[in-house]
Amino acid sequence: MSYSSLPEDVLEHVFSFVQSDKDRNVISLVCKSWYEIERWCRRRIFVGNCYAVSPRMAIRRFPEVRSVELKGKPHFADFNLVPEGWGGYVYPWIRAMAGGYPWLEELKLKRMVVTDESLELIAKSLKNFKVLVLSSCEGFSTHGLAAIAADCKNLKELDLWESDVEDPSGNWLSKFPDTCTSLVSLNIACLGSEVSFSALERLVVRCPNLRTLRLNRAVPLEKLAHLLRQAPQLVELGTGTYSADLRPDIFSNLAGAFSGCKELKSLSGFWDVVPAYLPAVYSVCSGLTTLNLSYATIQSPDLIKLVSQCPKLQCLWVLDYIEDSGLEALAATCKDLRELRVFPSEPFGDEPNVSLTEQGLVLVSEGCPKLESVLYFCRRMSNDALVTIAKNRPSMIRFRLCIIDPQTPDYLTLEPLDVGFGAIVQHCKDLRRLSLSGLLTDRVFEYIGTYAKKLEMLSVAFAGESDLGLHHVLSGCDSLRKLEIMDCPFGDKALLANAAKLETMRSLWMSSCSVSFEACKLLGQKMPRLNVEVIDESGPPDSRPELPVKKLYIYRTVTGRRIDMPGFVWNVGEDSALRLS
Amino acid sequence: MAFERDLNLEATELRLGLPGTQESRSNKRSLPDMNIVDDQGHRSGSSRVISNASDATKSEEETTPPSKTQVVGWPPIRSYRKNSLQAKKSEAEASGIYVKVSMDGAPYLRKIHLNIYNDYPELLKALEDMFKFKVGEYSESEGYNGSEFVPTYEDKDGDWMLVGDVPWEMFITSCKRLRVMKGSEARGLGCAV
Repeated sequence: MSYSSLPEDVLEHVFSFVQSDKDRNVISLVCKSWYEIERWCRRRIFVGNCYAVSPRMAIRRFPEVRSVELKGKPHFADFNLVPEGWGGYVYPWIRAMAGGYPWLEELKLKRMVVTDESLELIAKSLKNFKVLVLSSCEGFSTHGLAAIAADCKNLKELDLWESDVEDPSGNWLSKFPDTCTSLVSLNIACLGSEVSFSALERLVVRCPNLRTLRLNRAVPLEKLAHLLRQAPQLVELGTGTYSADLRPDIFSNLAGAFSGCKELKSLSGFWDVVPAYLPAVYSVCSGLTTLNLSYATIQSPDLIKLVSQCPKLQCLWVLDYIEDSGLEALAATCKDLRELRVFPSEPFGDEPNVSLTEQGLVLVSEGCPKLESVLYFCRRMSNDALVTIAKNRPSMIRFRLCIIDPQTPDYLTLEPLDVGFGAIVQHCKDLRRLSLSGLLTDRVFEYIGTYAKKLEMLSVAFAGESDLGLHHVLSGCDSLRKLEIMDCPFGDKALLANAAKLETMRSLWMSSCSVSFEACKLLGQKMPRLNVEVIDESGPPDSRPELPVKKLYIYRTVTGRRIDMPGFVWNVGEDSALRLS
Repeated sequence: MAFERDLNLEATELRLGLPGTQESRSNKRSLPDMNIVDDQGHRSGSSRVISNASDATKSEEETTPPSKTQVVGWPPIRSYRKNSLQAKKSEAEASGIYVKVSMDGAPYLRKIHLNIYNDYPELLKALEDMFKFKVGEYSESEGYNGSEFVPTYEDKDGDWMLVGDVPWEMFITSCKRLRVMKGSEARGLGCAV
């Protein structure tokens, strides 16, 4: 009996064990009948660029989907490089899904513009809606949230991770009906204004399955103990403001409440932290696997005291106040550490304000055998340090280094950091994500093109000398999906020579580089399955063709030019001459 | 700028004291040549101008000195995070008694709130903890004895003074920044003028 003659429901059952999108895609290519069976039983789709496919096409191919994940704006939108109004609107998707996926349960959006209208449509049309994750989104207010709270009877998860929410005063939390007891996860950390504490408390009390609660800054420390006592089953907690007058009764109440939370594995929040209150969490430290102190402006000694009590820590986000000495303590204590992010406390200062150097990262790379994901802001680096890190941790998967001053050379030799990053890509054969900084010539790109065969995402700024640099990356990085470049001398030649490569990638962003408008037009005409979008807020780019385009965003799509482009975005495809401005 | 020199602004500058004399105030023990010393060995500039390239054509020409205009999108920090940090910073700076502290030989600066300390001993202890050093014995006539570290500060008039010379209340309202001097420079301290 051949595999192709297995009954459909058997195949469908087998396929149900395959969750990964990549594998599902491969299955669907085996033969026509597998394609058909697979598409009817796919339950979850991920669309990395919401403009790569139309909602109608997605729904038509996969009619029984229960979970949709969409991403909108390019990553550099996080750093204010994408002007307001660029796009990424979720409404067309929601309108389509309201009809096409009436049983949709989950919607996860990143960097998209979500309106109250969209949220109201979800609440009204999707009767089995359970999970809403809005990560770095904007465009909505607590009115929209009120609709979700009021009408989504089976809501399990509401996560507003770092979204920009307008907060007209309105008591949206109390719109959760008394019958709502299904909440498992609530993240309102990004909300600017106060929420009704009593509504929050009542909600927490009636949801026995609540495991994640991330409060916003407006929730005072004095009230935290009270909440914790109502929800000792919490696994993940984000505190509100972690500051109060120094009073022993507040402290002992808080410490007592924390000690009752035996399941706590993740802590975050800690805004305005008063160090005297930190010992209140000591009782949960031994079980912590995730600690986000990236808003906690406390100094190294207090950080060391805290971190030294967390031997099971797997993920630490922290400010550079931790300093090299704190990272040394981390390396000594947290042998299970997988991810470290060190953010700058004063990114726009002229001088270093803390004693955090490349040494800290080297120490962690030495002491933490499972370290695989790094985001590190610092002010100096050396090739030696990078080579050491690479040799220590060949299993590194994500390595993002930001040396704050652009084009900073190796501080010991004053040479470019090509060799150091070269070592990273050479030793870390599974590296999937890399962000470069410091003084870099075309050589680093030669290393990357030669060795970084598994690299999927590369971020570059103020680096390279010529088109050769870009050419090395586009021609050598076999797994490249996302490339984002700012302020590099890369121009037309490399882009046009590697046009075909761009169709194998999700997207390419180039800003303040040396690409001409002519080249963009050529590319757009040559590659009909790419959208070549030029962003220029000062006027039509063809009115000054002698200047390089300011911002360029190229992405593959099966759906042609998008219809929601604002006036400052030009699609320079085939029919660009016909486009009315 | 050149024309300022021609105008000889110095001669017309308002100040205390007779023309032809340097500023002098009794009870101030001023320190030698502070303005010339660059106490932070700052990294010398890069080879490309860093500016928002929206007006300039991208070029590899060198212009001197490399300016440090802020570039949009760099450093790569999310606005969410930037806004949180900014709020804290403005809060602190608005209160006015937030000063930079540097120590000779240390590759970093600190900032402290002067008004969280009640007197000189508290402040000195905090400095000692921060930079891991010990001050010597203070006396009004001789300054700090017994240690190569000497705490100094720049006051509102731009003069560098020894920490402890003026009453505490006057100190916290006039101190603009602190510097812990070390070694031979510290020894250059003379007695009261």
